[in-house]
Amino acid sequence: MTSNLHLWLIPILPLIGASINGLLGKRFTRQVVSAIALSFCGAAFAMAVWISAQLSSLTLPHVETLAQWIRVSDFRADFAFNLDQLSLVMLLVVTGVGFLIHIYSIGYMWEEGGFYRFFAYLNLFMFFMLTLVLAANYLLMFIGWEGVGLASYLLIGFWFTKDSAASAGKKAFIVNRVGDFGFLIALFLMIKNFGSLDFSKVFASVASMPGNQDLLTSIGLLLMVGAAGKSAQIPLYVWLPDAMEGPTPVSALIHAATMVTAGVYMVSRSHVIFEHSTTALTVVAIIGTLTALFAATIGVCQTDIKKVLAYSTISQLGYMFMACGVAAFSAGIFHLMTHAFFKGLLFLAAGSVIHAVGGEQDMRRMGGLRNKIPVTFWTMTAATFAIAGFPPFAGFFSKDTILFKAANSPYGSWAYWAIGVFTAFLTSFYMFRLWFLTFFGQYRGEEPHGHGEHGHGGIHESPKVMLIPLVILAFLSIVGGWIGSERFDRFLAPTLHSSVTAVEAPSGESEGRAASELVFTSISVAAALCGFLLAWQLYHRRPELPQRIAHSVQGIYTTVLNKYYVDELYAAIFVKPLIDGSTKLLWHGIDRDIIDATLDSSAESAEHVSDTVRHMQSGNIRSYAGWISVGAAALVVYMVWTGGR
Amino acid sequence: MVPLSYYLVLSGILFACGVTGFLIKRNIISIFMSIELMLNGVNLSFVAFAAQWKALSGQVFVFFVMVVAAAEAAVGLAIIIAVYRTRETLNVDQVNLLKL
Repeated sequence: MTSNLHLWLIPILPLIGASINGLLGKRFTRQVVSAIALSFCGAAFAMAVWISAQLSSLTLPHVETLAQWIRVSDFRADFAFNLDQLSLVMLLVVTGVGFLIHIYSIGYMWEEGGFYRFFAYLNLFMFFMLTLVLAANYLLMFIGWEGVGLASYLLIGFWFTKDSAASAGKKAFIVNRVGDFGFLIALFLMIKNFGSLDFSKVFASVASMPGNQDLLTSIGLLLMVGAAGKSAQIPLYVWLPDAMEGPTPVSALIHAATMVTAGVYMVSRSHVIFEHSTTALTVVAIIGTLTALFAATIGVCQTDIKKVLAYSTISQLGYMFMACGVAAFSAGIFHLMTHAFFKGLLFLAAGSVIHAVGGEQDMRRMGGLRNKIPVTFWTMTAATFAIAGFPPFAGFFSKDTILFKAANSPYGSWAYWAIGVFTAFLTSFYMFRLWFLTFFGQYRGEEPHGHGEHGHGGIHESPKVMLIPLVILAFLSIVGGWIGSERFDRFLAPTLHSSVTAVEAPSGESEGRAASELVFTSISVAAALCGFLLAWQLYHRRPELPQRIAHSVQGIYTTVLNKYYVDELYAAIFVKPLIDGSTKLLWHGIDRDIIDATLDSSAESAEHVSDTVRHMQSGNIRSYAGWISVGAAALVVYMVWTGGR
Repeated sequence: MVPLSYYLVLSGILFACGVTGFLIKRNIISIFMSIELMLNGVNLSFVAFAAQWKALSGQVFVFFVMVVAAAEAAVGLAIIIAVYRTRETLNVDQVNLLKL
């Protein structure tokens, strides 16, 4: 029996911050608002650190029930929080990176209107995200799941007076709803078949009834639908690039480091279900692999610095799902962690670049910035090398593990590995393209002059409050992988342990395994190096070449530049029929022509009748008397007529 | 003995005269008198029936009607005088303040 950790405090603290700032923040100064937001977020981080410090004295998984919630006959769902190795990793990543991004946001958002609103939303997001990772049952997790969607919607549409931001927020919310629908049905199936949503009970039931393949496959696939919505996988990835309309710290926190990885967390959390269904695993792996490749190819042609990073995020999430799909869940979580470091850093550094050049986001109008904003340059360099997979940066370890597992896991395949390596090459290429375009060559933009949302004259380095998080994250991006995938795997083993992963890697072959691992590693590093060299050749040595190449493959280039027309396709297949159906059938047809028309015509006929009849009511007493006598006479006539009988 | 139908015809004629007067006259006093005429037409048929059926209730009703008519006359004439004082006319078509 371990002591009570008061796990509930971790999510509640940011909620208190959000309430204070959201309800009263309008009257506070910016200093007070940021102090409140930081202290509550920092307190959650401190608690997470405190808990991990006493990890050795805890018996995991550690479940704490705060209060009863739903009790309907046998079904129970409580406000219960669950701490184990997996949620601890997520906890540290979310609170740690979240805290750094809170600090950064103070500098980034200082000049913006709605400062208190921004931090209230940011803290609200932390609350829901922490609920999500700490929940001990699927229902509470679902609350966090929906809540982060809400926070994401609010923050994407933070500049809601801008039409594109408002509709990007709506798009994110609606696309996520499609995924949530799948998740919800999976929950219904679990209630119906297992009678519970507690992680422990569900997994115990699954383990005791391995024969029911179809059920587990459908639950797994439905969970994957939810994960694909939240984590921007094919076919529901379309919202993430648009989500870049939000402020850059939001992109870093929600749409790179934490929220979008919720899908990976959920799939890893449900690994027992997936491991019992080969079909579901294969679907996860295929979706992940295809998304990784697909998004990477789009990223190659984007010119908006944040859009490149957005597609890169989708692609990296694809890697994580690829890892989950080959039952290498710990590798997926490992990549999740390192990705949170380097992608959070990339976005923050990109924000710093945007800040420096006065709100410009188009890389074609940047260049030569490395001497002007050296700290941003060096931190971004660390992140770029990390995501490209160069040793000894963090991304190398995690990506390499995923690629190795993709080929060697019992569920793996050479196809996953080959596509993964090619994607690694593309990743390296588009990231160094971004790097060269932004920091090398000649400055191609106009001199910013005290205008816009970010600029205040001249290209300048960001304030310290923005640079410190960059430096810390850069440090983490370098050393974050040194923990090693083996040790990470062992650490997570109690949570992610299962019959399936235990079968692989018999210890006798460890020497051959090490040798083959070296081969795999060298191939993926070579792929990254190729990407670097190609980007160097095209965007540094001979910057006129990309134009010529684009011209020579005009058709493909425009297709990719337009993101394979997926948005247009969805608009034609789903959005347009829906809008047309609603407009023509439901609005014009049923609402206007049937319901409104019926009411209008009954009102009209009532008006006609009254218009005729009102002449009787002249206000002239004698005419009333006349009507009365006519009526009386008619009555008398009637009675005389029938009175005989 | 005079047959019942004679009384009834006379009563009907009186009532019809009352109604006609009520409808076509414009002077309030004439209208008032027409109402009395109608009441008396009704009274006549009451007593006629009472005599015919040897039942007293008809005559009792007539007394009631007379009492009500007397009260009505008192109140009505007072109203007429009040109207005349304020409006200086007894033409009902010009007493139309309540009309929109």
